[in-house]
Amino acid sequence: MTRLLRLCILPWMAACLLAFAATAVTAEEHKKHAAAAVEAPKDLVQVPKPPFSEGIFPCSQCHDPKSMAPNTTRRVLKDMHTDISLHHGPDTRWCLDCHDAYNRDNLHLANGKLVSFNTSYQLCGQCHGDKLRDWRVGIHGKRTGSWNGAKQYLLCVHCHNPHSPHFKSLKPMPPPARPEAIQLKNGGAK
Amino acid sequence: MMDQDACQPSPGAPCPSGENNGRREFLGAAVAAVATALTGCGKLSKEEFLQHNFRELSKEEVLTVIERLEKEYKEKYGKDVKVANTPALPGVMFGYALDLSRCIGCRRCVHACVKENNQSRDPEIQWIRVLEMEKEEGVNLQVAEQYYNPAEVPREGHFYMPVQCQQCKKPPCVKVCPVGATWKEKDGIVVVDYNWCIGCRYCMAACPYGARHFNWGEPNLPSKDVNTDTHYLGNRPRAKGVVEKCTFCVQRTRKGLYTACVEVCPTGSRKFGNLLDKESEIRYVLENKRVFKFKEELNTQPNFFYFYGV
Ligand code: SF4
Ligand code: SF4
Repeated sequence: MTRLLRLCILPWMAACLLAFAATAVTAEEHKKHAAAAVEAPKDLVQVPKPPFSEGIFPCSQCHDPKSMAPNTTRRVLKDMHTDISLHHGPDTRWCLDCHDAYNRDNLHLANGKLVSFNTSYQLCGQCHGDKLRDWRVGIHGKRTGSWNGAKQYLLCVHCHNPHSPHFKSLKPMPPPARPEAIQLKNGGAK
Repeated sequence: MMDQDACQPSPGAPCPSGENNGRREFLGAAVAAVATALTGCGKLSKEEFLQHNFRELSKEEVLTVIERLEKEYKEKYGKDVKVANTPALPGVMFGYALDLSRCIGCRRCVHACVKENNQSRDPEIQWIRVLEMEKEEGVNLQVAEQYYNPAEVPREGHFYMPVQCQQCKKPPCVKVCPVGATWKEKDGIVVVDYNWCIGCRYCMAACPYGARHFNWGEPNLPSKDVNTDTHYLGNRPRAKGVVEKCTFCVQRTRKGLYTACVEVCPTGSRKFGNLLDKESEIRYVLENKRVFKFKEELNTQPNFFYFYGV
């Protein structure tokens, strides 16, 4: 009987825990994870989907290895993706240094290990290690949500276009009114 | 707030404290009339006139006050405004850090703050002031420009320093207030009891950061813009003649949320958290980055820090 009960309860508990871990993180968990953050920021935070241009992903829609053999010669693209101009170390880098020629829906690290677009920060962190470290603890980049609970992160590529990573200039919102522009009217400021 | 206006007779609303108000029912009717006629024209209800300093109120009195305020706001804005009274969380001292190497001066924070905190829209009262400074000069108020408005920011050779209430540990504004209408809460937030403030503006003169702002006129807050999630000591709509300031979004942060300016900043320059929690972001900044306090020499001891993230 107890055995049966246990068998019933265990999967239920596991499911609960999993659901919990997937949705939110308590302050306790946050602390635990923050300590171990260098390994696993994954379940500490929620990261939105990568900002793909519309209709472009999965890449294998077009880059089907059967119909299109990969051309691994370094070159400037003339037929497709001409909207991309690489301002990210173009002398030392080209498409297939980050995109994988044989697993088109993935990226790869310098050591060849495949990385999903959802965890592209691993790829960025190969060179920008100090930024990755600060990002994991919530110092580099933007965190929203709860200061003592669940948070949302952004991927590096949400703010930095990987092909041209410099943070884009913005139009500033209106400045404060100068005191002389504030007129008194009917006993109140106007 | 307790100005002579309180006793200015207006049609149908004779002064409750007038000599000729002998009879009870007349007084009752008068008070009711004043109460309904009050908010828009800067007059006080009897209850408001007699209300004590927030810190001296019993729990029941606080609830009565809140009930009255919610009713007044409903009448004025036609919306259910919730006035919370959430106390400081135990074991929490709020701290803030702003990354000067990332801020681009876009003023998203300034305007998100106005929206969140029910400031007057016209003239617009802004609790955050972003200073444009020259990289060559460093942090130097002599060359700071707050009215900058180029087509795009950041401007070449410049950096940006947003300034708001620094939630000082030794706040001169609190020290000078002659009536005790402003004080430091247990979680480090310096707050104002808008119903107790007499509008003398001593605190504005005492604050070295220009963080306090005065409602010279009746605040112009259109009903459609009212944020209905408010706190008594925070973003509830104010009246003419009182001082207001940044409260670290007390209505949000005491619920565990980040402030509105943290949420909106596109560059992630703004960091907020509990200074007493070793694992917090804010502690990481203090322990690992180059940090400074603005006008440190004045010994105001801000809980607001500036740092260089790179
Ligand atoms: S929103 Fe962020 S980047 Fe923009 S002015 Fe404010 S602090 Fe600076
Ligand atoms: S910055 Fe000014 S308003 Fe804020 S606590 Fe310090 S002295 Fe008071």
